[in-house]
Amino acid sequence: MSLSIWLGALEQGLLWGAMVLGVYITFRVLNYADLTIDGSFTLGAAVATRLIFAGGNPWLATFLAVCAGAVAGLITGLLHTKLKIAPLLSGILVMIALYSINLRIMGQANLSLLRSDTIFTWMRHIHAGNAGPSLLGLAAVLLVSAGLYLFLQTELGMALRATGDNEQMIRSLGVNTDGTKLIGLAMGNALVAFSGGMVAQYQGFADIGMGIGMIIAGLASVIIGEALVGTLTLIRCLLAAVTGSIIYRAVIALVLQLGMPSTDLKLLTALIVIIALALPLFRERLGLKARRRERGEQIAQAERGNQSF
Amino acid sequence: MNRLLRLNGVTKVFNPGGVNERIALRDISLHLAPGDVVAVIGSNGAGKSTLLNVVAGVYEIDTGIISLDGSPVQALPEHARAAQIGRVFQDPLLGTAASMTIEENLAMALRRGRRRGLRRGVSAGERELFREQLSLLGLGLEGRLSARVGLLSGGQRQALTVLMATIAAPKLLLLDEHTAALDPRTARTVLELTEKIIARHGLTTLMVTHNLEQALTVGNRTIMMHEGRIVLNLTEPERSNMHVSDLLLKFEQISGNTLDNDRMLLTARG
Ligand SMILES: Nc1ncnc2c1ncn2[C@@H]1O[C@H](COP(=O)(O)OP(=O)(O)OP(=O)(O)O)[C@@H](O)[C@H]1O
Ligand SMILES: [Mg+2]
Repeated sequence: MSLSIWLGALEQGLLWGAMVLGVYITFRVLNYADLTIDGSFTLGAAVATRLIFAGGNPWLATFLAVCAGAVAGLITGLLHTKLKIAPLLSGILVMIALYSINLRIMGQANLSLLRSDTIFTWMRHIHAGNAGPSLLGLAAVLLVSAGLYLFLQTELGMALRATGDNEQMIRSLGVNTDGTKLIGLAMGNALVAFSGGMVAQYQGFADIGMGIGMIIAGLASVIIGEALVGTLTLIRCLLAAVTGSIIYRAVIALVLQLGMPSTDLKLLTALIVIIALALPLFRERLGLKARRRERGEQIAQAERGNQSF
Repeated sequence: MNRLLRLNGVTKVFNPGGVNERIALRDISLHLAPGDVVAVIGSNGAGKSTLLNVVAGVYEIDTGIISLDGSPVQALPEHARAAQIGRVFQDPLLGTAASMTIEENLAMALRRGRRRGLRRGVSAGERELFREQLSLLGLGLEGRLSARVGLLSGGQRQALTVLMATIAAPKLLLLDEHTAALDPRTARTVLELTEKIIARHGLTTLMVTHNLEQALTVGNRTIMMHEGRIVLNLTEPERSNMHVSDLLLKFEQISGNTLDNDRMLLTARG
């Protein structure tokens, strides 16, 4: 395979990296299965494209895409925390609503940026050459990772992590977990929209369907990265998300190269995630039967011992 | 009168009006003086955990008043009461965040009820404090500040939870059968440790236990609950003269039931 294909995968992995980090924040840190992501990725693309199409500054447009994503995440969070709608449903509702909103923003199902100035043409002005997209993607991923690394070790960041780990415990320590969930969802979706805004400029158009399956692509990336890099420390977790994003794009490039029709990609991605999620179960079925029986007996014993009053 | 915790006419009904309606607390009145350490006993479903939960604000009450250190708190959500209340649950998994380190867990506990901002989550000075406090537990945890809590045993986690519940010096400590899930030896260690910490800070405490021996020796008061009511309130010096067998007799008189497994109760729990 030619080098340019691998470079393409690297570029894409970095540009989609912010999206994967967003999925990491909601799914892993906050432990919240947030389906808003499909909609907020397109939202970021729609906002950035629309503003640039109208002659706006591409940097400002990208920034506003980030803000729009944060608002989408906030709305999902409010549906869940204030209206007590289940997490999955809150996300789906906002995702569906965003479909209409994105169409309104774009005005049509596909909006091209053919002759407009984007953040990537700006990179060409500073003579970054072919490395422009990779450099921008790398800068974005580094900036976001460093920010997350610092934030997750602050008082507030730790409260956010604890909300995903043990909500009852952190509430008993005086944290309003509604608030930490709102912050996490806003952050996650802001990152996803950031990625959407960059990807639209990278490919030169926004499309109403470009976010479909983004959650699963993000999850697949996180899972692949965690398997390769591990989750022992915070740095490793963040590195895993970025690495996973790049590997995932490389796998896609590879199977396309091998002749798989691009329409089958989502099927492949779903299969990757299913296998990864089922792996622990298979492992238990195969190897841990004996140990599990033992554990069951211990629990029964403990329960017998508890009925003393 | 000087009261740290005051419950007056507190009633809690689960699923009111439904087929599953359950009156968990009926017109409960309970006053704790500062420094009171009260053991709470009663059969399964008597309302002991519910009592602790309404004090902590996990559930809203239907009628009555709860006041903490002179100010009414029954309208405050759980997180707003947390500054003044430390809790330890029966399940050792519930009191700590498994994926976070010992020092991170302690640092979160140290900020109990305080505003959390963008300052560093664990400072160097705090680490010193944690090491010192952990060494008092005598479990060797002071050398493992950056180990994930998920790696600790149940007993170690529960000891850590007791420390977390008390490190920010709350006004009230709520313990819900916090040694029941541990093996007898570990349970004894954790209980001794709890008593030591309570004594050191002079903490006002409500401790649910199924162990009648414990209920008569820990603290200075014992209350017995039955079907949502407080049916017995033992204070000193009366309490010192009580034996476990007297307590069982009282229970039978009050509830009209015998405890079918009282033999176990006298022997199995150390
Ligand atoms: N969240 C809830 N929803 C509905 N009913 C509840 C709830 N929590 C407790 N109850 C009911 O309230 C009553 C008191 O329960 P509680 O847990 O306070 O008992 P307990 O004295 O702690 O018992 P145990 O010794 O078994 O822990 C029980 O009948 C229980 O079924
Ligand atoms: Mg209970």
